[in-house]
Amino acid sequence: MQLQVESKHTEQSEFVSFTVAGQAFCLKITQIREIRRWQPVTVLPHAPADVLGVMNLRGAVIPIYDLSARFGLEQTEASERNVVIVVSVNQKPVGLLAESVSEIISIDPDDIQETPQVDSRNTMDFIQGIISQNDEMVRIINLNAVISSPEQVDL
Amino acid sequence: MTGSILDTFFEECEELLEAMDAGLAAIEEGDQDAETVNAVFRAVHSIKGGAGAFGLDDLVAFAHNFETVFDDVRSNKLELDEKLIQLLFRASDHLSDLVTCARDGGEVDQAHHGVLISALAEYIDEDEEELVFEPMGVGASFEPAPLAPLAEAQEASYDIRFHPLKEMFDTGNEPYFLFQALSDLGSLSVRLDDSELPGFDAMEEGESYLSWELTLVTSEPRSAIEAVFEFVEGLCELAISSEGDEEAEEDALAALNAAFGLAPAEDDVAVALPLEQPAPEVDETPAPVEAEVEVEMVSEPEPEPEQAAEKPTKSKKESAKSSGPKPTLRVELDRVDRLINAVGELIINHSMLAQQIANLDASDTRDVETELEGFKNLARDIQEGVMAIRAQPVKPLFQRMARIVREASAATGKTAKLVTIGETTEVDKTVIERLADPLTHILRNAVDHGIESPEARAAAGKDKAGEIRLTAAHRSGSVCIEVKDDGAGLNRTKIRQIAIDKGLIPENAELNDSEIDNLLFLPGFSTAKEISNLSGRGVGMDVVKNAVAALGGRVNISSTPGDGSVFSIILPLTLAVMDGMVVSVAGHTMVVPITAIVETMRGNDDMINNLGADGTLLSIRGSFVPICDVAGSLGLRCSSHNEPAGVYLLVETENGDRCALAVDDIHDQRQVVIKSLDGVCGNVPGVSAATILGDGKIAMILDPESIVTASSSAAVFDTDRRMSNAIAS
Repeated sequence: MQLQVESKHTEQSEFVSFTVAGQAFCLKITQIREIRRWQPVTVLPHAPADVLGVMNLRGAVIPIYDLSARFGLEQTEASERNVVIVVSVNQKPVGLLAESVSEIISIDPDDIQETPQVDSRNTMDFIQGIISQNDEMVRIINLNAVISSPEQVDL
Repeated sequence: MTGSILDTFFEECEELLEAMDAGLAAIEEGDQDAETVNAVFRAVHSIKGGAGAFGLDDLVAFAHNFETVFDDVRSNKLELDEKLIQLLFRASDHLSDLVTCARDGGEVDQAHHGVLISALAEYIDEDEEELVFEPMGVGASFEPAPLAPLAEAQEASYDIRFHPLKEMFDTGNEPYFLFQALSDLGSLSVRLDDSELPGFDAMEEGESYLSWELTLVTSEPRSAIEAVFEFVEGLCELAISSEGDEEAEEDALAALNAAFGLAPAEDDVAVALPLEQPAPEVDETPAPVEAEVEVEMVSEPEPEPEQAAEKPTKSKKESAKSSGPKPTLRVELDRVDRLINAVGELIINHSMLAQQIANLDASDTRDVETELEGFKNLARDIQEGVMAIRAQPVKPLFQRMARIVREASAATGKTAKLVTIGETTEVDKTVIERLADPLTHILRNAVDHGIESPEARAAAGKDKAGEIRLTAAHRSGSVCIEVKDDGAGLNRTKIRQIAIDKGLIPENAELNDSEIDNLLFLPGFSTAKEISNLSGRGVGMDVVKNAVAALGGRVNISSTPGDGSVFSIILPLTLAVMDGMVVSVAGHTMVVPITAIVETMRGNDDMINNLGADGTLLSIRGSFVPICDVAGSLGLRCSSHNEPAGVYLLVETENGDRCALAVDDIHDQRQVVIKSLDGVCGNVPGVSAATILGDGKIAMILDPESIVTASSSAAVFDTDRRMSNAIAS
């Protein structure tokens, strides 16, 4: 699987790392619009388990996904300590619930390793690559695969 | 890129057609002064010019005929009598059809087209008819191609030196149109003088550097040439001198150039132009910096193509604008909607802030509260201002309706006149767009069924020509649009009989007058005995009712026998705001549109009756209505039948079925701002949209229609499943 990360220059790119269900994940900092504290959301009727509901983001109604449930891990018990990472998918804001945000890490594009072949199809799609950071594995999320299109996901 | 220019052209056409209709209407009213006639002429002329640039030949040919007749009116060669005015109206209707066809690719009614062309031709002098308008490509749009064959011997030749001042461009005039008008007089050759053009660095935006040397060979007097420049008097330096025949050579050159599709001025430019520089493709907003740099690299002293290319688009736009009463600005709807969202949020933010301050434990908050009050007023001002951007006057809609009445009266052989009142009333853009169909229907009905035949009217002592009044007015937070005819009024006996014949009401039904009138809105009701060409197209007034209901409004009828009927459409001011009832359902706050609710009631156990295994009915004054548990149908709580009786909202669906929605409690009734869920999470069954409440939380706006349908289809599904289970076992 080819890496989607642009590596034209050997300049370092910055990623924001966060934890979801105890595992470390990260997103490119340019993909993130803002990070907010968790607030109770409005539940959508008939929504699948990984769609928590909708939230008011300065007048816009945005859907909130539970990343953990989306990755097939256990559902997050959302609380005040959790964060919502607002990202832009197809020019539309989408909120992702994560356990907590860890740090901003700078990575040399060459240090990004390909996702090793594993048995789960979803994992292969959702994880774009991995980085080793302080002996810990950080997974780079392929945002477009996780939130393919809001319409599709919900129906 | 051409597509976007074409779009702009059609947008401009809309405006021009409106201006034309407005002008014609004024002329019909008796206002025949030069300015009004000129306004119509300019509109037709601009459409023709634009259409020529895009090679829309049909449109050009027709507009040319139309324009020629109008030109004769303008120069007082033709008398504007009733017959001609009617013809002009029909021609203007047809012109707008042609524009629509050109845009949407439909078929023009060729027979009608031919009839109108020949009718117009009757008014046109033979010699003028000879002129053929040469359609030009966008690229050459700057120079009119020489039209007439080479000059005849006795024609005089004029040298015209024309230098527009920059003010001329400010007023939306454009050399191209002037040259076009000149070329109507005779054979014209144009030469661009760009000697005053400074170096690229010294060039100032908006300054006018170009001059033209024109040679016109014509048999028209000098005054005719001066008349062409009448509009730009004082806005340009103009010198007209007549000379001998020595420029025949130049004419030949011009003709030669035209034959190669190159007008003289462009010839100069083309040399300097790199081939890949797409000068003809003038974008709406050219990016001068990039393009100019490119030109500069190739040929340093010639930033001219930019100039030449930019001006026509710019000033064409302006000229379209200047024909309207006020300068306007075209803004994408998206931007306005974003602003509306932000303002809505500002107001919610204010109420949250006010709440916080009220909760504060401060001793003296009076100063803060005063300031907060000011904040609130400002926010309201902004909100009103932003809403006003979306609001548009109903005038264009009403003008279109004039055409409907004209056509309807022509088709029925009746004479009807449309009087419009309150054209400046402003309504949300979307409302206006979606009001066109129902209004058309009502007006056709008014002419077809409302207004009597001229004989019957004369017998009843009325004016032979019927009058239909179309009124728009703001009335306490809503918009009221009224169609009033002075016809015979509704024939209630007949309506009642038809309803009985069609099985819509029982034979012994006792109905009062207003109930009988409202039978018109029942699906499947049509009073037309034979399907007439006009109103009886298999769709009835129920379509009108549904269309208006979809906009959150309602339709009323009132009628006085002998005096006519009134249809009034009452609409909310904007689609962005709705009256809703705030309820709680299984711990969630939700909003139900007020328009759907017939009544609300607190239920008790006595009122609930079980029907079968899982059906429950609510008894209301002796009738039984199925109960639909909202929480259950939204999947928020498992439906159980022994719930403590809560509150019931009696709703009526579009097909007239009633259903009682069971909710936990009613909190409030208020205006809510509608936020679409499109693109957020797709289609959620039972929910039509969302809104943001005063505390910043999102609440779902329920769609009673789909909740009721879902619950009844679920019941069917249950039955089916049970049956298949039974069969399987």
